[in-house]
Amino acid sequence: MSDTAVKLSDAAIRRRMLADFWFYFRQNRGAVAGMWVFLALVLVAIFAPLIAPHDPTQQYRDALLVPPVWQEGGRAGFLLGTDAVGRDMLSRLIYGAQFSLFIGIVVVSIALVGGIIVGLLAGFFGGWVDTVIMRVMDVILAFPSLLLALVLVAILGPGLTNAMIAIAIVYQPHFARLTRAAVMGEKAREYVTAARVAGAGNLRLMFKTILPNCLAPLIVQATLSFSSAVLDSAALGFLGMGAQPPASEWGTMLAEAREFILRAWWVVTLPGLAILTSVLAINLMGDGLRDALDPKLKRS
Amino acid sequence: MIRFILGKLLYLVPTFLGITLIAFSFVRVLPGDPVLLMAGERGITPERHAELSAQLGFDRPIWQQYFDFLGRLLQGDLGNSLVTKKPVLTEFLALFPATVELGLVAIVIATLVGVPVGVIAAIRRGSWFDQISMTGALVGFSMPIFWWGLLLIILFSGILQWTPVSGRISLMYFFPQVTGFMLIDSLLSGQKGAFASAASHLILPAVVLATIPLAVIARQTRSAMLEVMGEDYVRTARAKGLPQSRVVGVHALRNAMIPVITTIGLQVGVLMAGAILTETIFSWPGIGKWMIDSISRRDYPVVQSGLLLIAGLVMLVNLLVDLTYGLINPRIRHK
Repeated sequence: MSDTAVKLSDAAIRRRMLADFWFYFRQNRGAVAGMWVFLALVLVAIFAPLIAPHDPTQQYRDALLVPPVWQEGGRAGFLLGTDAVGRDMLSRLIYGAQFSLFIGIVVVSIALVGGIIVGLLAGFFGGWVDTVIMRVMDVILAFPSLLLALVLVAILGPGLTNAMIAIAIVYQPHFARLTRAAVMGEKAREYVTAARVAGAGNLRLMFKTILPNCLAPLIVQATLSFSSAVLDSAALGFLGMGAQPPASEWGTMLAEAREFILRAWWVVTLPGLAILTSVLAINLMGDGLRDALDPKLKRS
Repeated sequence: MIRFILGKLLYLVPTFLGITLIAFSFVRVLPGDPVLLMAGERGITPERHAELSAQLGFDRPIWQQYFDFLGRLLQGDLGNSLVTKKPVLTEFLALFPATVELGLVAIVIATLVGVPVGVIAAIRRGSWFDQISMTGALVGFSMPIFWWGLLLIILFSGILQWTPVSGRISLMYFFPQVTGFMLIDSLLSGQKGAFASAASHLILPAVVLATIPLAVIARQTRSAMLEVMGEDYVRTARAKGLPQSRVVGVHALRNAMIPVITTIGLQVGVLMAGAILTETIFSWPGIGKWMIDSISRRDYPVVQSGLLLIAGLVMLVNLLVDLTYGLINPRIRHK
């Protein structure tokens, strides 16, 4: 930067970066569409008690396996029909959004924080710290993720909390590896040396100087992990190892619906469609984020 | 090259030890008394408890238990199932071919469809084919395959009645196992209709299992092709007046295939995770279903050794991928 350049405040730089990011993100129509669907999902989850026509666990004994309203035998009170014990499908799907978002947020937060700390330590200190940490990560990565999560849940006991912990443990090495690689790239840069010479301690160097410059790949990975977390937790629920009935978690709903697949298409089709839609929306957004944040692809 | 291989092998030793440590700790960190847990809900007499403890070595110090475990492992002794009482390794080897057959057919489908789709999408970048196929790939990538399997069952087994719902072959047929692969054994048996039966049982699970690898391979092929197509040597080939088919097929594809082959190899872990779900849905008698059943039956020796075998296998395949990569791309070898 030359002396004549206009000095920008931190806030202004941040605003510029955001505008820059939005410019590239907006060019990806799929990403924007994914973002809208995701926002809708968030709103549905937040306002579930207001939107849902029924209590998700209320069983209407006079309305078992009622088909959706547009089909013969459908009832206006149950827009998307009811399940085998007479619970309103629409309400259960709406409340299911809460589960999925909650799982995604918790899993990604745990995996991200854990991965960043571990990756920073490994990348910053190198040597035996690096060797030990990365070897442990290799071991975790050697197991197929779903299998390891299943076994962890078997140890911890089936349930939503344990499923989330298990999935987070399985995802954490990806964040650790990314952070480590980024830190090793940044560590040798002049600004880090400058900060060190200026007297910054290790913690400050790690978290305030280096970390902010390593965030782009982590954000992308966080988005992708979010969608994988929704998928994997649904798979665990489907296998009876995740959220337990009567929770209206989408995978658990599918597991309960399995025996009715040839009799009542809606109890099987709808929860899966909900999973697919939300995962797809998040993945679309992730693709857009990667394109907008990856400097290598920019302006090419 | 030999140094490269040896280096890779040495690198695996600590990882493998880590895997054995995790598998070993698995039974020990279960809350409560492992012997009581294994005994199930019916309870157990104190004599039987002591006997089981001694038999499983729980009465010795923990480090000694680990070395015993490693020692037995090296002799190929992976313990016995609590439910069937048979050696875990025997059970594994009996079920393994079913999973390999399913996985192989799935990866073949994924490659045969995914690579051409990715290549065409890259050549016709921005065309309707590119947009539709890449949207499809993203949908496939986002697919909850346990649901996808159920949908296919509804359509092909329920409504159209084309395929059976579960199992590997119709009960009508009976023939000796030669290779363990139903497709090959049914052909060898020479029984009429046996192969068709085996194939119709296999097709839906294989398609379901192929879905995510197919999406990944198509996306990877497309981006690898796009990258290579922008290289100077492709432009040179074009400038020399070579026909499009040769430029794409020889100059571009060969180089683009290097990352794609790695991607295909790395799908083994994905396939294993997918096999757990696919085999459960289709009652496919492979190791995925075996693991799930063992977890719910609390057959911990099976879970422990199964975990070890699967992780070891994934590790080995990844090593092979690494080595192949070094073989095709000398630059990797000399890094």
